[in-house]
Amino acid sequence: MSELSVNHLLGIKHLAAGDIQLILDTAKEFKEVLNRPIKKVPTLRDITIANLFFENSTRTRLSFELAEKRLSADVVNFSAASSSVKKGETLVDTVNNILSMKVDMVVMRHPNPGAAEFLSQHVDASIINAGDGAHEHPTQALLDAFSIRERLGNLEGAKVAIVGDILHSRVALSNVLLLKKIGADVMVCGPTTLVPKYMHTLGVRVEHNLQTAIEWCDVVNMLRVQHERQDIKYFPSIAEYRAQYGLTMAHLDALEKSIVVMHPGPINRGVEITSEVADSPHAIILDQVENGVAVRMAVLYLLAEKRKLGNS
Amino acid sequence: MSKREIIDSGELNIALNRLCCKLVENHGDFTNSILIGLQPRGGQVLSRLVKLLEEEYGVSSIRTGLLDITFYRDDFRRRPGHLQPNKTKIEHLVEDQKVVFIDDVLYTGRSVRAAMDAILSYGRPLKMELLTLIDRRFSRDLPIQPDYKGRQVDSIASQRVEVLWEEVDGRDAVLLTEPAS
Repeated sequence: MSELSVNHLLGIKHLAAGDIQLILDTAKEFKEVLNRPIKKVPTLRDITIANLFFENSTRTRLSFELAEKRLSADVVNFSAASSSVKKGETLVDTVNNILSMKVDMVVMRHPNPGAAEFLSQHVDASIINAGDGAHEHPTQALLDAFSIRERLGNLEGAKVAIVGDILHSRVALSNVLLLKKIGADVMVCGPTTLVPKYMHTLGVRVEHNLQTAIEWCDVVNMLRVQHERQDIKYFPSIAEYRAQYGLTMAHLDALEKSIVVMHPGPINRGVEITSEVADSPHAIILDQVENGVAVRMAVLYLLAEKRKLGNS
Repeated sequence: MSKREIIDSGELNIALNRLCCKLVENHGDFTNSILIGLQPRGGQVLSRLVKLLEEEYGVSSIRTGLLDITFYRDDFRRRPGHLQPNKTKIEHLVEDQKVVFIDDVLYTGRSVRAAMDAILSYGRPLKMELLTLIDRRFSRDLPIQPDYKGRQVDSIASQRVEVLWEEVDGRDAVLLTEPAS
């Protein structure tokens, strides 16, 4: 097998199907590492990684930090709240200051779409996009694909429905792009106001009825309503959203088959998914979190490998 | 590039039998021993040895495992191309056990150094030993020597020593590959 075709992980858009396969296969071996009594390998001991979070995050940030530490990398953390960004420094200046302290890789979450790509053009470090606004969240899509593959055995031909706030979700876009690249069948489902008008041009099915979506799919990925990104009202009330798009045990019990339920977190229990569903054997929500560390280790390992000594 | 057969299937079989005898001599019924094949090529030696030990030497239920050393290598980012990890399968506790690493060719010793590092992630073995089917003499980069060796081979750095197995390659043999002059 060959190396990754890219030097940064900016989005699923830039990855080839072979890259995705390589990351998922490598993650499988890292998952084994995470189940050893000593869960640490020395591979990245000469790499320093900066985690730059210009937007709040709990899961992703912890997951990246743990992945970095499990690989023995040196880690520095930075959050916008306590930084000189507040004092008027530009993104490139902030990052260049950090890089001058000999940092090799940057994991960045930023509220502006394209921030990671912009940074990759201006600084000499491997950039990993940990979410850029409503644009992409590539490691989430990779860990979702890994979790589906683990459960179903194969991604090709798998029927995956993504339900909820498609319009504001970077998870939705990255998932759609990834699943299409590796031959899965994808449907998006949500209120007409929360599904982008041109979604079908990505080759996905568009549905507005939750019942139809879950009857069709093998896997349902329930997304949170992103109130923080909504400038206007997209639906009349939470109660109405819950009635139309909230997944309940009644939905799952009425199906003739068993489907896998996913959620990228954070869960709004009782809105897009009830507590019974979230805690049922159908849900693989905590598996997703566990797999997230292994997938991020694979991404870090494969990108670090491209920074050969002598030209990094 | 030319390939020359330096050990044939008969000689290979004798070497494997001799290795089995030595293992039985030191490990008895293998109660506290675990044989660990080093990925990717040690697994073949391991399965052949286990087959012989069970069929010819009456040893039963030998505990085995496979260890991949990719994440412990000392040439990560220092060599061109991609280092693809292989499967690791260690289902027995190594704590206080006698671990025997098994590989096909011992060359620089760097893989064995990595293996010693890697196995410690699973616990602290009582003892570590090294078995190699082929020992390329005078080519070590590290102070590592095998406890059990099938055959010794003299070769130069530009040559390659390759072990073929009937199950995979259609015949048992050891080849010496000469570079194109």
